[in-house]
Amino acid sequence: MNRFSYARPDTLTAAIQALAHPGARAIAGGTNLIDLMKYSVEVPSQLVDITHLPFAKIELLPDGGLRVGALVKNTDAAYDARIGESYPLLADAILSGASPQLRNAATTGGNLLQRTRCYYFYDTATPCNKRQPGSGCSAIGGTNRVHAILGTSADCIATHPSDMCVALAALEAVVQVSGPEGDRSILFSDFHRLPGAEPDKDTSLQPGEIITSVDLPAQHFSSNYTYLKLRDRASYAFALVSIAVALEMEGATIKAARIALGGVAHKPWRVPAAEEALAGQTPGSEVFGKAADLMLAGAQGQPGNRFKIALARKAIVRALKQAANGTPQHATDKQIQ
Amino acid sequence: MQDVILGTSVELPQAVMQSVSLNLTVNGQQREFVVEPWTTLLDLLRHEMDLTGTKKGCDHGQCGACTVLIDGRRMNSCLALAVMQDGKTVTTVEGLAAPDGTLSPIQAAFIEHDAFQCGYCTPGQLCSATALLQEGHAHTPEEIRELMSGNLCRCGAYPNIVDAITQVLAQAATPEVA
Repeated sequence: MNRFSYARPDTLTAAIQALAHPGARAIAGGTNLIDLMKYSVEVPSQLVDITHLPFAKIELLPDGGLRVGALVKNTDAAYDARIGESYPLLADAILSGASPQLRNAATTGGNLLQRTRCYYFYDTATPCNKRQPGSGCSAIGGTNRVHAILGTSADCIATHPSDMCVALAALEAVVQVSGPEGDRSILFSDFHRLPGAEPDKDTSLQPGEIITSVDLPAQHFSSNYTYLKLRDRASYAFALVSIAVALEMEGATIKAARIALGGVAHKPWRVPAAEEALAGQTPGSEVFGKAADLMLAGAQGQPGNRFKIALARKAIVRALKQAANGTPQHATDKQIQ
Repeated sequence: MQDVILGTSVELPQAVMQSVSLNLTVNGQQREFVVEPWTTLLDLLRHEMDLTGTKKGCDHGQCGACTVLIDGRRMNSCLALAVMQDGKTVTTVEGLAAPDGTLSPIQAAFIEHDAFQCGYCTPGQLCSATALLQEGHAHTPEEIRELMSGNLCRCGAYPNIVDAITQVLAQAATPEVA
């Protein structure tokens, strides 16, 4: 690991000041940053330990939503009674990711800021536009089983690896941040970005800004939801394709639908047209298939990951059925119902 | 380290602060250390305390061999900076047995069920299983497998590990007859 100085501020103002130091990086759970430092992918000159800041609480918001502090551990969010009752989609997504050890260390804010698991991003002996802008993309024309099929660019086909963020996208969470210019709220769909010509930029977070909380809106979707994750082994692996579905039902009719895909793009993937096509419909294979086709419009595979297009289509249809039937997939259940 | 292929020199920044003092309670013993900020808890335990039960497997949070309990919670000590653990309580595999050497229930069950072959992953498995039993989220073999997925065993002792944990869970669930 490289040499760095260490700061442990206990106020937000001091943390923001410390992060102004060139090459400074915030650290909380450290499960991704320390790993990347061991590979010399991240080489910070100063680590700002933000774990002493007061953002480790889960609080009710006046509008009936829930504020999940940036420093709340993944484990504590997943097993929180209020989240389990009101946002089971989020709890299920968190529990399908990583391992208990990592969830005990990893934080809410850090989950949003984790980097891609593209093999070439980690391998400093190979070109990678995300790690070294302008050097090229080794995944295009290389080994690309885990890579993106939607929203890619000629410079990058990396995916965002989070499960939690797929649920947060479907729930339309809001990211609260503080920085040198003050506080601002970022809609979840605007937080992560597509690679375009600047794949080194994962998010819309500005230099010196830190996440203080992730706010969940009052609409819960606690009855008709599912998080379905497909991967190369039964547990403790990143998604090849994952899907969060949240439906609002009115009798036997879908009133509103939210669908987000993971493992297929540089950010959790949503398509408003697919969700709108489900509104007012009666659940059924044909209706779900049409929504799946709209979700995957424009999908483009690489030789190693073309299978993801068919896999994602079937996963969307299956997940919509699970959600409509009120039979969510559980992380422990290795049979897809 | 130099990134040779890309021709970009990754200069190692000068550290402003070379060493930091911290207090840790490890297996019931309070200790003060002065460490460089880039020292992981795993390296501190193994090199400074000679507690070599905790293993360095992958050193990247993928295998679980370095699992210890920090304030009672299982964590990968390879991904934890020592300086960030100031004031915390750490339990390693060396701290699981009673001071008189009596094995903990899960340690005894691992022996009874032959829940290891080469033994390299065992300290991490034991710490992880100890926490799993305290967490209370696993009730079935399926749930045990899912919640032990952060500990790899390349010998493939998984069925016996699950049996050992299942037995201790059942013991804990059975009220003792006076």
